[in-house]
Amino acid sequence: MNKVLAIGNEVVVEAAIDAGASMFCGYPITPSTEILAGWAKRADVDKDLVFLQTEDEIAAGFATIGGILAGKKAWTASAGPGNILMQDSLAMAEAMRIPIVTYIAQRGGPSTGTVIFSQQELFLTAHGGNGEGMRIVYSPGNLQELYDYTFKAFDAAWRYRFPTFILSDGYLGKTFGEVIYHKGKTIDAKPMLQDKERIEKGEYVNIRNCYSLEDELAEVLNKDIEDFHKMSPKIVEYEELYCGDAELIVFAHGSVAEAVKAAVSMAREQKMKVGLFRPITLRPLPKEAMIKAVRKAKKIMVIEAAHGQFAKLVRDALFGATQAEYYSYFKPAEGIVPEEALEKIQEVL
Amino acid sequence: MSVPSCYKKETKPAKFCPGCGHSIVLKMLGQAIDELGIQKDAVFSIDIGCSLLAWDFYDVDTVQTHHGRTTPVAVGIKRGNPKSVVIAYTGDGGAYAIGLQSLLHSALRQENVTVITVNNTLYAMTGGQAAPTTMPHEVTDSTPNGDFTLESPLMGPELVSQIGNGDLYIARGSVSNPMTLKKYIKKAITHQMEGKGFSFVEALSICPTNWKTDAKGSFEFLKTMEEVYKLGEINRDGTS
Repeated sequence: MNKVLAIGNEVVVEAAIDAGASMFCGYPITPSTEILAGWAKRADVDKDLVFLQTEDEIAAGFATIGGILAGKKAWTASAGPGNILMQDSLAMAEAMRIPIVTYIAQRGGPSTGTVIFSQQELFLTAHGGNGEGMRIVYSPGNLQELYDYTFKAFDAAWRYRFPTFILSDGYLGKTFGEVIYHKGKTIDAKPMLQDKERIEKGEYVNIRNCYSLEDELAEVLNKDIEDFHKMSPKIVEYEELYCGDAELIVFAHGSVAEAVKAAVSMAREQKMKVGLFRPITLRPLPKEAMIKAVRKAKKIMVIEAAHGQFAKLVRDALFGATQAEYYSYFKPAEGIVPEEALEKIQEVL
Repeated sequence: MSVPSCYKKETKPAKFCPGCGHSIVLKMLGQAIDELGIQKDAVFSIDIGCSLLAWDFYDVDTVQTHHGRTTPVAVGIKRGNPKSVVIAYTGDGGAYAIGLQSLLHSALRQENVTVITVNNTLYAMTGGQAAPTTMPHEVTDSTPNGDFTLESPLMGPELVSQIGNGDLYIARGSVSNPMTLKKYIKKAITHQMEGKGFSFVEALSICPTNWKTDAKGSFEFLKTMEEVYKLGEINRDGTS
């Protein structure tokens, strides 16, 4: 255990190295660039770490996949328009159960937009491919969680073999503060290609993502969907604050949830019966816990830095399970501070 | 010519159209793999388009990728496992249109991989649309009047020779002369095995289905291609 003062993007690099990451391929884009540059500096010193700056994010994603196929714990990081380009490779990873880890620093969109506050890449990250979104998405809220869930992402990806994301934002990546680094154990990576033990037995693999028959694809896809559902109860994580007796339950995630957490504490000091439910895994979503949390609530509210992306997930999860009145506070690509979240809570209660 | 021993026998005959040039290129590559003794060390990375039909062509570790993306995947594999012998296989659309950026930058960065590109002047899998390699006045599915405006098609190997750094191996062969094509492929792979950097072979090939040619017509078409695309090994200054 090691307590340090660090900036978010440094924390991410540290967590990846502690989790056994050995290769990074990327392309510079604000606000995730310090991760690429940070890894480059580490790789310059530690010759066991592979670094490749590619010609674009498309190549970054595919070269990362190449590294994983070769047996490396390879990963990448991107943001906004880069996240769009990476979907090409991420869809292939999803199809072929390649355990890629991708750090996404959300930035304001659409298009080039801005670079600090946003929660607008939720749909793109969770469902950006031409498939079913068989992906694991963690939404950390503070620096310590940035370390913990980046570390955890490497274990989840290689254990369950679904593309795994740390969905962060520019704000968290640039936050400076205290973090505890605690090395732990993560599952080892094995090569999908050039596994010498297998080849010595005269067995060769021919891996594909293209099928001639609909039945062939359906068989693969249905197995993946089944695996995803089987994994989900083991992987879902969430945080609840004062939900037990709450009349109003606020749903928020990521750095916005940190502001709401402060607002809810302030509201409780004013004797307001409000609670926070914060999914940490946005995919899979902790649906059962969400339903349980709102059982006694009269009102629910979704607060997010997007125009209803998270709200759609929440309402879908709660469909038919509650009669509570529904409220929302959407601030696409803008920061949300505790005081304004408190104001919204006061308006609703 | 003997059947390469690295062939995956149960997938033969292969899925290519009758008369397709891919089978000739792949046979030469198979023999090259045999003769270099690299079946166990090779990784075959293939693009989308007709090339994807080779996904289970060999008893060689193989990965089928996305359109234009076989080069970056090959680069990632080689960086991840420098001991493997990585051979990327693409069509002309994959190499020179959607994947050109990756091809050129891999040569620029001296990535130690081998790329083999099959040039049949069009997008064959989708029914024969114009490609960067379509020749002047060539009629294709998307240039019905032969009014393609390029004065010259894209000269891939020559372009790579201008962009690439370090000790490059670059050649253009043709299925009209399979043994010479095999010689180029072997030299390219050997170049990689010796750690010398990027190697690239373009293979002029035939597409009777989309050209709508018979056997004689296909080789006449190929002859025209060989007048446009100069065969041989290509030096750093673009000369053969």
